[in-house]
Amino acid sequence: MGLTKERKAVLEGLCKQFRRTLLDTLYSVQTGHPGGSLSATEIITTLYFEVMKVDPKNPTWEDRDRFVLAKGHAAPMLYIALAEKGFFPKEELKTLRQLNSRLQGHPCALKTPGVEPSTGPLGLGLSAALGMGLGAKIQGKQFYTYVLLGDGEIQEGIVWEAAMAGAKYGIDNVVAILDKNGVQLDGPVDQIMPLGDVKAKWNSFGWNTLEVNGHKVEEIYDSIQEAHRLKGKPTIIIAHTVKGKGVSFMEGKHAWHGKPISKAEYEAAIQELEGGR
Amino acid sequence: MAGIAGKAMRQVYGETLVELGKSNPNIVVFDADVANSTRTILFGEAYPDRFFDVGIAEMNMAAMAAGISTTGMIPFVNTFACFMVLRCGDPIRSLVAYTKLNVKLAGTYAGLSDSYDGASHHSILDIAFMRALPNMVVICPADAADMKAATEIAVQYKGPVYLRIHRNECPDIPENDNQPFVLGKGKVLRDGKDITLVATGYMVHRAMEAATKLQTKGVSARVVNIHTIKPLDAELLQTCAKETGGIVVAEEHSIHGGLGGAVAEAIGRLYPVPIEFVGVRDTFAESGDYQSLLEKYGLTSQHIVKAAEEVLKKKGARA
Ligand SMILES: Cc1ncc(C[n+]2csc(CCOP(=O)(O)OP(=O)(O)O)c2C)c(N)n1
Ligand SMILES: [Mg+2]
Repeated sequence: MGLTKERKAVLEGLCKQFRRTLLDTLYSVQTGHPGGSLSATEIITTLYFEVMKVDPKNPTWEDRDRFVLAKGHAAPMLYIALAEKGFFPKEELKTLRQLNSRLQGHPCALKTPGVEPSTGPLGLGLSAALGMGLGAKIQGKQFYTYVLLGDGEIQEGIVWEAAMAGAKYGIDNVVAILDKNGVQLDGPVDQIMPLGDVKAKWNSFGWNTLEVNGHKVEEIYDSIQEAHRLKGKPTIIIAHTVKGKGVSFMEGKHAWHGKPISKAEYEAAIQELEGGR
Repeated sequence: MAGIAGKAMRQVYGETLVELGKSNPNIVVFDADVANSTRTILFGEAYPDRFFDVGIAEMNMAAMAAGISTTGMIPFVNTFACFMVLRCGDPIRSLVAYTKLNVKLAGTYAGLSDSYDGASHHSILDIAFMRALPNMVVICPADAADMKAATEIAVQYKGPVYLRIHRNECPDIPENDNQPFVLGKGKVLRDGKDITLVATGYMVHRAMEAATKLQTKGVSARVVNIHTIKPLDAELLQTCAKETGGIVVAEEHSIHGGLGGAVAEAIGRLYPVPIEFVGVRDTFAESGDYQSLLEKYGLTSQHIVKAAEEVLKKKGARA
């Protein structure tokens, strides 16, 4: 039931390619967020290339699975996945954050095919996803809604309002994934605002919790399958990740949350990504 | 103004807070995980025990600040201008403004200045919200010198103050900096008799440019810096309306509810004259480099010139 060897290799190949494209893109436009895009690479890739039913030719197909990028600043990785899927031409990635581009600094549902609700201001995504899940339930639709949250993001009070609502209404067609990279904008999460026992918190709010290594596509895949099987309560997958994953000098450093990449840094990063470490 | 000339407003703000914190032990600073952007990180480094980074939880930050102010401390609340309004809005209205608490609100990355992050991070409705709040003082500095003065005044003044802070380096305006910054009083930066360009924030610099351009076309334009949007210097605006017979208002904000609205409300009542508005026209902007955004969304000196010509036409038709 798990991922075949072949599929695992395909997904890993895509992740490698996407990291490279991310570096190329952010270096060329000199703006955008590398750290949180890199920590989410395997999660976004597994969702779009193994799990979700979407139709790039018909982005608003009503039975499609939904993905809500609550931590909207990871937009570049989402755009890279959408372009690979065929929602828009890959050449458009070069226009990221530039005037007249369809690729906004943070996801804009009105502009970009395949983007679900607009995000950027942190904290709203889980509630929006629950609304989508509730809509599906009421209408007897079979689609799932996946939502990716940052660990700094869950400091927002609304996230816990959503947590209560998700449990009360048993919105089990929503799968939340927490990109638990331990770092936010100003520093390590433990220093800025400690989250305490995250798993215990979600459990006590009435959610199923699963824990995975967020850089292992097979673990991500299995946990999503498990979440589908768990009925009656919503599930959150706590994905242990590394901010800036794949580029050693970015790893775990809050300075790389949203910093432009210099030529020397770009070259070093590419060498490392190509080398495959 | 040695040392601050040409610096980004947010940097001047951060440095001024450090200076003020030295002599005033009651100043405390709150941030919500954007201390590097707001530059309150400087205060945090200087006085770690008076600095509170509460994480990505803006509403909690504003409400905590309200509480601490009742104990005699002077809290500065810091986040992006868009989140100051949209996330801190309720505690600002229900605790800070309603009770006239001594809380200072510093909204940075105002207007379109956080250009690449896109419309979700732009702040073009904060003036409208803040000035609709009873008891709120609303200050929008035009350059580094204004920023420093405004921060100092925010501490001296007892009550809620909103400081609207720009992200980027901004040119100094000598005509602005050789005049004292008086709360609630506009500054006439350039005299003129045909029209008055009323501006706030970074648009003051652009209004000065526009006045120079207008001069080459034979139009004598007065330029007024309204750094305090509330309380508004209605007296000065009335005089300008009377003496020049037409007004253009320029702001890096929606044309709805900002300085334009404030001026129109005052002038319509006190001394109606033709008026035009330079600002973002009822639309979300987008990502892009700052200059391109200003051009596309109508915020350059050229747009002010055009608006001035419209006003002059209307003035002519009336005469
Ligand atoms: C409401 C809100 N406050 C502040 C910000 C500015 N901001 C953007 S990303 C970020 C840090 C996010 O940290 P985390 O959620 O851990 O994301 P990740 O580490 O995955 O990048 C902050 C404070 C924002 N976008 N929205
Ligand atoms: Mg994080």
